[in-house]
Amino acid sequence: MSGTTAAGNTGALLTATRLRKYFGSTAALNGAGFTIDSGEVVAVMGPSGSGKSTLLHCLAGILEPDGGTVHYDGRELSALSDAERSRLRRGDFGFVFQFGQLVPELTCVENVALSLRLTGVGRGKAESSAMEWMARLEVDDVRDKRPGQVSGGQRQRVAVARALVAGPRLVFADEPTGALDSLNGERVMELLTGAARDTGAAVVLVTHDVRVAAYSDREVVVRDGQALDAATGIGGAP
Amino acid sequence: MSIGNTLLGLLESGPRHGYDLKRLFDERFGHDRPLHYGQVYSTMSRLLRNGLVEVDGVEAGSGPERKRYAITDAGITDVGRWLATPEKPEPYLQNTLYAKVVLALLTGRDAAGLLDVQRNEHLRLMRELTRRKTEGDLADRLVCDHALFHLEADIRWLELATDRLDRLAGEVA
Ligand SMILES: Nc1ncnc2c1ncn2[C@@H]1O[C@H](COP(=O)(O)OP(=O)(O)OP(=O)(O)O)[C@@H](O)[C@H]1O
Ligand SMILES: [Mg+2]
Repeated sequence: MSGTTAAGNTGALLTATRLRKYFGSTAALNGAGFTIDSGEVVAVMGPSGSGKSTLLHCLAGILEPDGGTVHYDGRELSALSDAERSRLRRGDFGFVFQFGQLVPELTCVENVALSLRLTGVGRGKAESSAMEWMARLEVDDVRDKRPGQVSGGQRQRVAVARALVAGPRLVFADEPTGALDSLNGERVMELLTGAARDTGAAVVLVTHDVRVAAYSDREVVVRDGQALDAATGIGGAP
Repeated sequence: MSIGNTLLGLLESGPRHGYDLKRLFDERFGHDRPLHYGQVYSTMSRLLRNGLVEVDGVEAGSGPERKRYAITDAGITDVGRWLATPEKPEPYLQNTLYAKVVLALLTGRDAAGLLDVQRNEHLRLMRELTRRKTEGDLADRLVCDHALFHLEADIRWLELATDRLDRLAGEVA
């Protein structure tokens, strides 16, 4: 892997510069910068509608920005082909959203294994890795249930297992505890950040809950489509 | 809350007599605990000794409440430093924080910045407690959780205060 980015040899895992994104006449992102190092957990906070989810989607290559650049591990996302981008999303990125977005027709273990199957791993091997992660997140007992048959907290832990099973270098989490009570929310955060620290994965964590943000190393505040480091007041990236 | 810094801040808008300072303080910050005259004089003589205020005139009739105090340049610097330094996060900070915000507004300083700095200080402590909690046993966890809930309440208050700053500025003006 190359640590050199076009933005300079900063060693950052992902760097975004001057991102702009419009929905009609709404500027959801208005020159937002962002940077994250390997193994870092960064909380993204800010008022509703300020552009947090849009930022996360642009960073992850789910949305294409109208302006600005995103460099991941030395490569500019917009310069990649669609196939390369989706390979990156499957292989290097993990995702957790407010509502787990599990496939309802598959069992929990099949859902977790799916992340690996999509990268070409065989069924047996994928499911045994899936079970290891489910045990770690304390949901191995629901392996054969469908997402609709387990509790919200269990579902969210299954989603975390699915996000981590393929060994991502960067996890994108958008309100991962938004639908949970505070005890379950803490459990999910502890397991998510604990696992990320063990594997060296970085986490971009969108939340409006300061108790959740307290699991991060650093906080970025998004306001009116711009992102500032909370401690320094400086833009998330040059 | 720091009575010395608050009285000093109140002097920034112009010299005042001891009794006037007490009245102003009680009106703005005294709510359920008005100052004793004794507190005002002991505080003012300390501020005098430290060169943060000077006597600007004495009215006829000798009581210490007849002295008129003016803030010095060193005093103004001191108020600025106090406002810019975040408080150590602890429960029941609201009185001090409220006083700081009002004084920042009264003296044309950056009240929003003060609230941001304080929020960061709170979040920094919340991170530390969260780390300690994750590594600790159940007793640590409960102790840390108690502190975390209080800090969270403070942060909510800081965020609301930030949102209402414009209105508050209008009211204290
Ligand atoms: N698909 C879309 N179509 C049109 N407008 C959109 C779309 N997605 C977001 N927006 C607008 O862009 C702005 C930023 O939205 P975004 O979802 O990024 O906010 P957010 O910070 O994630 O808010 P929340 O905390 O409520 O999730 C908002 O004004 C929103 O209405
Ligand atoms: Mg959102």
